[in-house]
Amino acid sequence: MTTTTQTETPRPSLGARYATFMSRHSSLMPTFAAIVILIVLLVGAQLAFGNFITPRNMSALLLNNAYLLILAVGLTFVILTGGIDLSVGSVMAFTGILCAKLLADGLPAIVAIPLMLLGGAAIGLLIGVLVHYFDVQPFIASLAGLFLARGLAFVVSLSSIRVEDPAVLWLQRTRLTVGDWYLTPTGILALLIVAIGVFVTQWTRFGRTIYAIGGNEQSARLMGLPVARTKILVYVISGVCGGLAGLVLTAYSGAGYPLNGVGTELDAIAAVVIGGTLLTGGSGYVIGSMIGVLVYGVIKTIIAFMGAEQSWTRIIIGGLLLVFIVVQRFIVTRSDRRR
Amino acid sequence: MKKLVTHRLFWPVMALLALIVVNTIARPQFISVTLRDGELYGALIDILRNSAPLMLVALGMTIVIATRGIDLSVGAIMAVSGAVALTIIDTSGDPGSGATVAVALLVGILVALVLGVWNGFLIAVLGIQPIIATLVLMLAGRGVALLITDGFITTVTSAPYKFIATGYVIGLPFALFISVAAIIVIALLERRTALGVLTESVGINPEASRLAGVRARGIVFGAYAASGVLAGMAGILYSSNIMAADANAAGLYIELYAILAVVLGGTSLMGGKFTIAGTVVGVLTIQTLESTILFLGVPSAQAPVFFAAVVIVVVLVQSPRLHRFARGLFASRRPDGGGPSTPAPTPPTTTEPTKAEAVR
Repeated sequence: MTTTTQTETPRPSLGARYATFMSRHSSLMPTFAAIVILIVLLVGAQLAFGNFITPRNMSALLLNNAYLLILAVGLTFVILTGGIDLSVGSVMAFTGILCAKLLADGLPAIVAIPLMLLGGAAIGLLIGVLVHYFDVQPFIASLAGLFLARGLAFVVSLSSIRVEDPAVLWLQRTRLTVGDWYLTPTGILALLIVAIGVFVTQWTRFGRTIYAIGGNEQSARLMGLPVARTKILVYVISGVCGGLAGLVLTAYSGAGYPLNGVGTELDAIAAVVIGGTLLTGGSGYVIGSMIGVLVYGVIKTIIAFMGAEQSWTRIIIGGLLLVFIVVQRFIVTRSDRRR
Repeated sequence: MKKLVTHRLFWPVMALLALIVVNTIARPQFISVTLRDGELYGALIDILRNSAPLMLVALGMTIVIATRGIDLSVGAIMAVSGAVALTIIDTSGDPGSGATVAVALLVGILVALVLGVWNGFLIAVLGIQPIIATLVLMLAGRGVALLITDGFITTVTSAPYKFIATGYVIGLPFALFISVAAIIVIALLERRTALGVLTESVGINPEASRLAGVRARGIVFGAYAASGVLAGMAGILYSSNIMAADANAAGLYIELYAILAVVLGGTSLMGGKFTIAGTVVGVLTIQTLESTILFLGVPSAQAPVFFAAVVIVVVLVQSPRLHRFARGLFASRRPDGGGPSTPAPTPPTTTEPTKAEAVR
């Protein structure tokens, strides 16, 4: 991540330049690996099935995984600080059913949507305060958030509620087509969140503080960075992303359902890790998480194409996760040794 | 008296007793145990019987947490062992015979052991963070269980298998004997041999204990293997209770409840000192709380809200900052009351408490 300017030296050999590049950008390597895997998967599927990389299929890939993409972006913020947020799937279910209930009670979408985002933010705030001010481990604090959100989802409604609101359904039904490619407002929303996430983490003071905290919280504090504010804010961001994902999923399925997203937190964590973010914090990219989600989506689509059991998705994602953490472990030990 | 109050099991036990008292006041039949056909029935017996799977999982979790680790895969291991055992019984010609059930149990627990060893390998040998290493199996395990059952919920009728969870021996549920046996075995192994002390030393400082000649690797490895076996037994109990292998529902969220039980019992998630008695109390507290929630007429799906409240209260009570805040409160009051001047505790300083940087 450091960009030290070096004095002009005689042109080094190709091998030496490669080594310098590798050592300077070792945090990029896992993300590169994820891109390679994505390309291999896409090309392999295209060769095997012949009709895999079609505009329809690729458009559907984004559409079907829009909610996971939003969750993964929010989660990346938390993991970059060295924390974890297990509550994302439940927050998505809670805000989704909350939105459906509010709409069914006759509230306009313009009121219901901010309320659901507020609900997600409130749970995120609770987790953040527990983590920062009461020294609760992120795992346990977000576990409380998981239980709370899942229970609240059932408090709102025990069964699914259909959504009739035109504004919410518009998010899903509208298709901006270019040839055979299409993009729904939910897809645009997801891409927008990714863009905002990339911008915030790479080019804002807040974003760089996140990396600093993930690298070493003590040092960040001694440098005078606003650790408390940043740490709480990342959980709030994750909560808001949970709310947005709830909105997207509600629009996607046309209903709110309190059992939505059981286990989605694992999918999201897997996507973030596959995308090259280290779970110890301080290293990783929002764009990598997007690649991770796409890898997940492509594997799911390939399995659907093969007509195999969908339970293979979980097994393959688990296996892929394993490969990645072993690779990451290798990278971390190497950079430790260099120090 | 002071010794009693400061005993580390004091508050967990008080919480359990308070729950039982509240229940007894709300419904006097809660405390009563009736004898019917030589078998004991009652809400308390139900709690003991139903707590068996969680008890097994939580015991394993206690040891794993003592080594500074965590095992997220227990729920998935439960699903796999249940699926394996029931599939063996389902495909055998004679589901009712004792031999078939014995083979099923053995293979089910053996598979669980293999999965536990796998976790141990990733963590102790490859040195991967426990939360991530066990996440792999947590993700993949349910998929494997679904493959074993072909995506269906396998149901069988087998009297000996059903006996494991619902049978009675000398008036008490058989499942209770299993959980008591597990408690005794673990307690003897950890407390009557040096194993417990070694486990704690690994949890407190892995590097220092390695330098002191403790085989940290083997101890961590063993902890995950034990956790796997116990989860496998829990999976068999669960599937025996409903006589079906439900790969999606078996042991769902049990890892979270087990961690909660361990924390409730007073074992710190930072590893090191652990208490098996505390875990037992924690499990019983959770099961009693669940029974209370059901009694209150709250749909079981809404129960997580209560558990969330419990988690938050427990972690807040354990929080060092809250302790300092409380001390500060008392310190500022005492001079007003004109009491004897005690050395005032240091007021809350502005510096943050040094946080353990370990990330799980």
